[in-house]
Amino acid sequence: MKLTLRVWRQQNAEAPGAMATYEVDGISRDMSFLEMLDTLNEELILAGDEPVAFDHDCREGICGACSLVINGDAHGPERTTTCQLHMRSFQDGDTIDVEPWRASAFPVVKDLVVDRSAFDRIIQSGGYISAPTGTAPDAHATPVPKPDADFAFEHAECIGCGACVAACPNGSAMLFTSAKVNHLNVLPQGTPERETRVLDMVATMDDEGFGGCTLTGECATACPKGIPLPSIAAMNKEWLRATRKVRR
Amino acid sequence: MSDYTQYTTGEPVTDTKAPHGPVADRWDTRRFEARLVNPANRRKHTVIVVGTGLAGGSAGATLAEQGYHVVQFCFQDSPRRAHSVAAQGGINAAKNYRNDGDSVHRLFYDTVKGGDFRARESNVHRLAEISVEIIDQCVAQGVPFAREYGGLLDNRSFGGVQVSRTFYARGQTGQQLLLGAYQALSRQIAAGNVELHARTEMLDLVVVDGKARGIVARDLVTGKIETHFADAVVLASGGYGNVFYLSTNAMNSNATAIWRAHRRGAYFANPCFTQIHPTCIPRTGEHQSKLTLMSESLRNDGRIWVPKAKGDDRPAAEIPEDERDYYLERIYPSFGNLVPRDIASRAAKNVCDEGRGVGPGGQGVYLDFAEAIGRMGRAKVEEKYGNLFDMYAQITAEDPYETPMRIYPAVHYTMGGLWVDYDLQTTVPGLFAIGEANFSDHGANRLGASALMQGLADGYFVLPSTINDYLARNPHTDEIDADHPAVAEAVAETEDRLSLLLAVDGDRTPDSFHREIGELMWEYCGMARTEKGLRTALERIPVIREEFWRRIKVPGTGEQFNQSLEKANRVVDYLELAELMCLDALHRAESCGGHFREESQTPDGEAARRDEEFSYAAAWEFTATGDAPVLHQEDLVFEYVHPTQRSYA
Repeated sequence: MKLTLRVWRQQNAEAPGAMATYEVDGISRDMSFLEMLDTLNEELILAGDEPVAFDHDCREGICGACSLVINGDAHGPERTTTCQLHMRSFQDGDTIDVEPWRASAFPVVKDLVVDRSAFDRIIQSGGYISAPTGTAPDAHATPVPKPDADFAFEHAECIGCGACVAACPNGSAMLFTSAKVNHLNVLPQGTPERETRVLDMVATMDDEGFGGCTLTGECATACPKGIPLPSIAAMNKEWLRATRKVRR
Repeated sequence: MSDYTQYTTGEPVTDTKAPHGPVADRWDTRRFEARLVNPANRRKHTVIVVGTGLAGGSAGATLAEQGYHVVQFCFQDSPRRAHSVAAQGGINAAKNYRNDGDSVHRLFYDTVKGGDFRARESNVHRLAEISVEIIDQCVAQGVPFAREYGGLLDNRSFGGVQVSRTFYARGQTGQQLLLGAYQALSRQIAAGNVELHARTEMLDLVVVDGKARGIVARDLVTGKIETHFADAVVLASGGYGNVFYLSTNAMNSNATAIWRAHRRGAYFANPCFTQIHPTCIPRTGEHQSKLTLMSESLRNDGRIWVPKAKGDDRPAAEIPEDERDYYLERIYPSFGNLVPRDIASRAAKNVCDEGRGVGPGGQGVYLDFAEAIGRMGRAKVEEKYGNLFDMYAQITAEDPYETPMRIYPAVHYTMGGLWVDYDLQTTVPGLFAIGEANFSDHGANRLGASALMQGLADGYFVLPSTINDYLARNPHTDEIDADHPAVAEAVAETEDRLSLLLAVDGDRTPDSFHREIGELMWEYCGMARTEKGLRTALERIPVIREEFWRRIKVPGTGEQFNQSLEKANRVVDYLELAELMCLDALHRAESCGGHFREESQTPDGEAARRDEEFSYAAAWEFTATGDAPVLHQEDLVFEYVHPTQRSYA
């Protein structure tokens, strides 16, 4: 396959960026999208140019590092991570636009690399169960009904890639935040911190500059792990419940 | 023949910290004998932890909970992305919730045997004891393990064992355990007890007056070379499988932290013990950048086969039952498809070498679920393995519910690593190594679902107990001065290395060298090794290294985000580590576990150990780049599990 790539190039956070055009040839349909970019980068290095910077690591769809907007879609045309997108999803001769996540809470570091540390700070504000090492009772001391365990798991699958934010016209992090709130709040172990967790995480989310939710639903459509849109409604319910109940 | 192979043998190395007495009492004894640090004094101590995977994340969180000041590093943008996240199948624990005859002693026995009698009994028994506490800890953190309808935890079986002791969270067990550790760590970051440096990579160890006192690191965003000081340094930087270029490791996993520590005096043990995982998706072409593992748990219900006839290129569905060879079930009737990884991998290589492999290039075998779907129904198979099947379909564009999966072995895990004593301390006082970065628990072959167990055992329970003893004996003294000669030397060396990489301006990319050394290692130091092949590799490596420093091309500067520079610097260390791996493989003229020397096999082609000569851990001491290292042997004593030739037939 022969392709034309239009790639966002930006030297650092302060510098202005622009789209640059590259031609790549000899691309196999079995290549992943990132292996196609590897091919481009090998050519750029040999030509003495700086390769395109992009975040990637596990390349098996679980670490959440890769983060490209491809032809306007977070992670591209398939519902998967960029690393699991294969070139068989494109046609010979295509022109493909490649951009970083676009959100004010995710400033660009370089080229296609953005700073997603705001997600870490949301987790730090309450996305955990306080269980210092050594304090745990036997694992079978508290049975968890299977539907609750499955609900927790379904939300715990979030890989923190940020596609939900990139896809949202408001740059909202509601899907990400709700996934963690719902994972922990449904479990008996998460109950003691149920109210403070949702209140603190939502407050941090707002402080970090993420936008509000207008139920556009783009987030759940872009999510490579299928975190469902009702996750947001469930968090809103938790938040409302907490505001009425919490003793501060 | 290069001088490198003329290694000398130094003083034997002994594990001075493991107590004597009954194996079941040793961990209690050690914890009692270890000195403690007064809670009020702990905050005066700073501990550096490099890495935020299962071992590093759990250690950082636990040390901070105890009151130490922790300074933690990861090269990823977030601690949640460490490669432990990709572990799929599960974590072992001797809970005996299935009442199927499991016990701490059986897990201990299985692990020593599975490791082909090249691990320490004391360490393995401790691991088995702690396994049960890990599950309790993770459940308390909210890790969503698979449960049954009664609300209790579910278990599955794994290769090399005959009990069901593996706890799992669908095919994402590593992710869920890592998020548990990450969340515990996040809580400590918020509390101000952990100072986290993300996108920061350790490039050297600072040793002052014979003790590990800090690290040299590069801020990957600004390119700034920084020094960080502490009272002890913990390396939790993972394994070195990426020396093979193609492996199931993450693209950025690397050996730099442990290799630089080795160069500063930490012995490197059993580097040739690498694990080739039997169930990975075969490669599709030259462009392949990494390999993807399919969890070994698939072998619970999938049946592995190849055509009986050579060169049979009919589609799987057209090959009748009596023309298929379910070779694992045929050769190993009692363990069948659940033999340990090394045995399954080698069997796959053998049938492919015979010309009976399937798929492009004949480098694959079938993993067939037709029988399981017929027995349990598609819905049940989907519930158990759905995400793995989806992943396979995504990568190969084939539907594994309809046609059998194709699998082939790939480098997956490294049992070798920095030599550590029972306290997990290396030969550099104050430098500890935990998780895959050390060598201690898996011998010559790791059993499935044991890496997660070891990483969390080390991080949550072992290190936080043993590091106290070191810190109590080495009270906090004066701050290290950045002008100290040892510090200045480490910084200057690092800066010079990076400057040179940028200055060569040759005509080959870092990736091209990485690929070259990787292919060499896979060819000569992969699934089957020979003296001739290893000597060939040992002659080639210095040549490649010389060429690297003549022809490497790294664009850009050091004072910026520069992924080519990061990569090139990691390749520098692979080019040295590869040499030590080959030498270790050459010197160990026996087959054991993942190390298969063709010269040492039984008449029916199984690995033949030579206990009289090689029942020891090989700990190598660095001398200089390209110069022969010094071998220190640690004799292995088996008081409880008598070494026998492994049999899974």
